[in-house]
Amino acid sequence: MSTTENNAVDSNHHADDHHHGAPKGIKRWFLTTNHKDIGSMYLIFSLVMFFIGGAMAMVIRAELFQPGLQIVEPDFFNQMTTVHGLIMVFGAVMPAFVGLANWMVPMMIGAPDMALPRMNNWSFWILPFAFLILLSSLFMEGGGPNFGWTFYAPLSTTFSNDSTAFFVFSVHIMGISSIMGAINVIVTIVNLRAPGMTYMKMPLFVWTWLITAFLLIAVMPVLAGAVTMVLTDKYFATSFFDAAGGGDPVMFQHIFWFFGHPEVYIMILPAFGIVSQIVPTFSRKKLFGYSSMVYATASIALLSFVVWAHHMFTTGMPLAGELFFMYCTMLISVPTGVKVFNWVATMWRGALTFEVPMMFSIAFIVLFTIGGFSGLMLAITPVDFQYHDTYFVVAHFHYVLVTGAIFSIMAGAYYWLPKWTGHMFDIGLAKAHFWLSLISVNVLFFPMHFVGLAGMPRRIPDYATQFADFNAIISIGGFAFGLSQILFVVVVYKCIKGGDKVSDQVWEGAEGLEWEVASPAPYHTFSTPPEIK
Amino acid sequence: MENNSPKNNNKIVKKLVLTVALMFGFGFALVPLYDVFCDITGLNGKTSNTAAVTSDFVDTSRTITVEFIARTQGSLPWDFRPEVKRIEVHPGEMHELNFIVKNKSVNDMVVQAVPSVSPGIAAAYFNKIECFCFNRQPLEKGETADLGLQFYIDNALPEEYKIVTLSYTLFDISEKIEHDEFEQLFAGDTLSAP
Repeated sequence: MSTTENNAVDSNHHADDHHHGAPKGIKRWFLTTNHKDIGSMYLIFSLVMFFIGGAMAMVIRAELFQPGLQIVEPDFFNQMTTVHGLIMVFGAVMPAFVGLANWMVPMMIGAPDMALPRMNNWSFWILPFAFLILLSSLFMEGGGPNFGWTFYAPLSTTFSNDSTAFFVFSVHIMGISSIMGAINVIVTIVNLRAPGMTYMKMPLFVWTWLITAFLLIAVMPVLAGAVTMVLTDKYFATSFFDAAGGGDPVMFQHIFWFFGHPEVYIMILPAFGIVSQIVPTFSRKKLFGYSSMVYATASIALLSFVVWAHHMFTTGMPLAGELFFMYCTMLISVPTGVKVFNWVATMWRGALTFEVPMMFSIAFIVLFTIGGFSGLMLAITPVDFQYHDTYFVVAHFHYVLVTGAIFSIMAGAYYWLPKWTGHMFDIGLAKAHFWLSLISVNVLFFPMHFVGLAGMPRRIPDYATQFADFNAIISIGGFAFGLSQILFVVVVYKCIKGGDKVSDQVWEGAEGLEWEVASPAPYHTFSTPPEIK
Repeated sequence: MENNSPKNNNKIVKKLVLTVALMFGFGFALVPLYDVFCDITGLNGKTSNTAAVTSDFVDTSRTITVEFIARTQGSLPWDFRPEVKRIEVHPGEMHELNFIVKNKSVNDMVVQAVPSVSPGIAAAYFNKIECFCFNRQPLEKGETADLGLQFYIDNALPEEYKIVTLSYTLFDISEKIEHDEFEQLFAGDTLSAP
């Protein structure tokens, strides 16, 4: 605070690395402690995982294109649904948000880097190993995990195959990585804000990430506990979830969803932050209701701890429990509604332009709200008995995760890509990517509502013939959505290689510290903290 | 604002790491908490594992149907069935019945019966004076036995419950107990019909 020298991240590191460009060669990437390098690695890693997880979704949709079993064995189908879920949650969505946080949080709060740069390097570099372990188990005798990403006991204990230990350890490593990332984000935001950057002046992306990081700290250890119990139940004759030894399989679901529900907000709160950055820029207005946005985010986070059993309405809970969890779940739609209305109010009478990030953000607002409404339907206990474990649930969580979380990540990538590379991306291709994604994603997920309501169960490789037409449509939408994403890779690659030079501000209405540094953002930014007015 | 001295960072990191450790512990603490919670509220259909005292008041104005379900877990090669599938009882009235088991395997085995009552709330009113589920049950290969149950339904059972189902699941625990204990169970023969 007193002198510029104090703002160097770490005095030893400072001596040999500061004020230089990036070191060359492969060592740069292994040894880097630079938040921009690590952010880029996280983003590229999550893109690779997005395609691997996506390829598994293609296998699922190919098998479901027609009724009957044609392409894969049911056991392999189960492995595909399981690993698709694990990879998309822990490998694609979460690392993408951590990558964006690494890149943008220091630049948004005027910090020179993350507070704990060496731990930052660790939290990234253990991640590829976690997924190598998980993916390698698919090639082992007996195959990979096949019990669903929720690994309910006794499927994951008594009836699981021999590679379960690999699954458990890979989840442990993913958890450690997330926890280290979360600690880093919290310390950075608490300690490294530029002078004058009070909490209530922080950009919303920073706020949502601060709250997300606290959620991660609170629930990732509970997930670690749950997988450890599965491990000891399977290999060391404990009976946490085994009724013969006095355990209880329903308790597994309680422990898992105590983690699992806050986890879904971990995957959506940063998305809210990104959209809250983009919508004001292209509306050329301040964000409507800034403080209500902050309080809404905090309330969603707090409420997320008391709604877990809405995933378990059919386990035979007493009426009082069902009512409690139903009302608490519905209560969450209040702060979520506050957010949606604030975004709409921000656009109201704004000078709107429809650049690619804005198009993704508007699609996010509309489609996430559809996902929110189907969530509200699922929250109603009596009808949940019909919807439980059907494609209606699949439709619901893909609307909030694909058109919610993934669309916001795409929006964020297009929004900040020119700042990262110094070039404007190919706008024509990016628009093609947007429209193809928007149409195909709805062809893919919207009919799932109908087959779900008609009773098609999820996670089953075959189905009754009356669902055949809808499933063919869904699969076509799926292949189209998968192929459209190749355009995104082309756009990003071309943008890194070259393109029109952009100004420092990049977008006409953009405000915030990240738009005050040069484009492309230099290797070191804010070595001297900026003045906040 | 605050600056980034390692000292300041360490303070927060310590607190956060402690929180992580506590939350890891909390995950495991949920296990006993879950049992305590179910015990207090009577949820989950778990009946008491200790013998109840007899009742001296029989409420003949109410009749409740008690159904019995017996099943074995996994591929346990045992026959297991109740003498009768359902009986009509008055609250407070004592009843006895046997469950018939046969070990059809070629090994001596030890099993544990785990009871569950549905609807769950009724579990707290299902009083067992004597139950084979209180003990581990050894059975030699090919042997048949009658396992006794003595129970009554509490007078305080809420009016809306007309049918109560008691389900037993037999779990094979031969592998899970110590060898000595296994021998002892067969030597002592705790199979005592009431």
